[in-house]
Amino acid sequence: MALRLLDPAAVKRDFPIFDCAQRREGAERLVFLDSAASSQKPRPVLDAMDRAYESAYANVHRGVYGIAEEATAAFEAARSDVARFIGAPSTRGVVFTKNCTEAINLVAHSYARHARLGPGDAVLLTELEHHANFVPWLMLREERGVELRFIPLSDDGYLVLDDLERLVDGVKLVAVSAMSNVLGVLPPVRRIADAAHAAGAVVLVDGAQYVPHLATRVDDLGCDFLAFSAHKMCGPTGIGVLWGRDDLLEAMPAFLGGGEMIRDVRVDGWLPNEIPWKFEAGTPPFVEAVGLAAAIRYLEGLDMAAVRDHEISLTGYALRILRERHGDDLTIYGPSTAHDRGGVVAFTFRDVHPHDLSQVLDQAGVCIRAGHHCAKPLMRRLGVAATSRASFYVYNDESDVDALSDALFSAADLFVL
Amino acid sequence: MAGLEDLYREIILDHYRNPRNRGELPAPPARRVEGFNPLCGDEVVVFVDLVGGAVADVRIAGQGCSISQSSASMMSGAVKGRSIEGVRDLIRAFKAMMSIHEHRLDGDGQQVSEPVLPDPAVRLGDLEALRGVVKFPVRIKCATLSWNTLAQALDEAAAEAERSAQ
Repeated sequence: MALRLLDPAAVKRDFPIFDCAQRREGAERLVFLDSAASSQKPRPVLDAMDRAYESAYANVHRGVYGIAEEATAAFEAARSDVARFIGAPSTRGVVFTKNCTEAINLVAHSYARHARLGPGDAVLLTELEHHANFVPWLMLREERGVELRFIPLSDDGYLVLDDLERLVDGVKLVAVSAMSNVLGVLPPVRRIADAAHAAGAVVLVDGAQYVPHLATRVDDLGCDFLAFSAHKMCGPTGIGVLWGRDDLLEAMPAFLGGGEMIRDVRVDGWLPNEIPWKFEAGTPPFVEAVGLAAAIRYLEGLDMAAVRDHEISLTGYALRILRERHGDDLTIYGPSTAHDRGGVVAFTFRDVHPHDLSQVLDQAGVCIRAGHHCAKPLMRRLGVAATSRASFYVYNDESDVDALSDALFSAADLFVL
Repeated sequence: MAGLEDLYREIILDHYRNPRNRGELPAPPARRVEGFNPLCGDEVVVFVDLVGGAVADVRIAGQGCSISQSSASMMSGAVKGRSIEGVRDLIRAFKAMMSIHEHRLDGDGQQVSEPVLPDPAVRLGDLEALRGVVKFPVRIKCATLSWNTLAQALDEAAAEAERSAQ
């Protein structure tokens, strides 16, 4: 239990969008239930980025003048904030990328070259991965002939680990999400990582959904790499993080070539920079890093344990209310208990297509996601083409769930015979 | 701001609930083409039987939202029995109603975007009910999915005919 409780009404006042967004005619307010796609931004993040542009903007790691030094210091300080937030032992393993997807692609390219993955080697994934943790490995299979294996899923959305020891045998790398963006389920990453390490494999955790919502320590996850994006955790778009174990990052070849990732360049060759800069080619998103640091301090101020408690409570309320009020009209995917999932509820409503449902809900100011959620293999496993998804964050409260439920009744009026 | 009644007209909901020409045709002789909307995962499969320069028969399979399904259903009724030229005119007229822009390179290699112009001689009939979709830009792709898939079937048939003529 968290020592503090989160007050969503007070939190909401920190997010200008709830005052400023243009509302649909007839909609009383903005009910934002799509934070799993991207979260809203609190005032301190917006202010920090404005200040960085207004008072100390110059390219980092270049200028010897005052504002350049200040910008560089702010950028590198953001690296410390990230390291603290995920319990990383040092900033050397904190690589800034464009987003979580690029972070995963970095590992797929660079680790595969380092470990000379090829025919006879296997990579282990799960059936619930987001396309970002699917397609890079499918590409690797095409290019290098590695074998892909998948940890299967039970009908209620849990990973089936009965065969884990056999599945990891001969595997070089395991890539697994710590929280599904569709089912909300929280796979037992530690158990998978321990089995992977016993088999001599390294472990990449896709933390895109996990890191924004649950207190994260890389040691507890037991991973060798952790990837996540700023924009799902109150931070700006355009920046993500790859954390990697120092020894692995040092051994891996550079990913993209260009400025900042080099120590020396001659016409006959080049030398790479030290980690983490070795993996940061070109001008990095340094103002975005300042925004990410502000987002981290904002979340730390709320207390990540309080964030998790709030989301368990709200998800539990949603599961109960939706079942009570809509019964068999509604099919909810994933675990039936809130403790086993993050604040994500994917569902289908009778035979109303999610796209139509989302359109009707929009008229009531309720924003949900409709579609395959970039997880088409999972959709096929669930036997559906698309689902609707409501996802929660720090600014949501029970009235948002009630608004969702009310809007579902309007959809039934329109589409159900 | 557009209201839901602009989008979900009664005739659209009727075609959604009771889709016409639903099913499959043996292919060959019919031509089978799949269309995907990556945004929402909708899939449409158009089966079209071209005989003597006209659409002898058409069937629609796949799954999707009310807009993509009703548009496909109305399309199937409108093209059945029509000449291929007539179907192409209808596709252009429908795209014009959907405010579709086509991109091409001009003489200097610059990309230009031009709206598909409506042809007053082509009557859209019931398809007019889909005009409200234009007010919901995200849904235009739903409405045009089956039309683009049918156009692809006609293009493939034309390319094949050209090859066998050579």
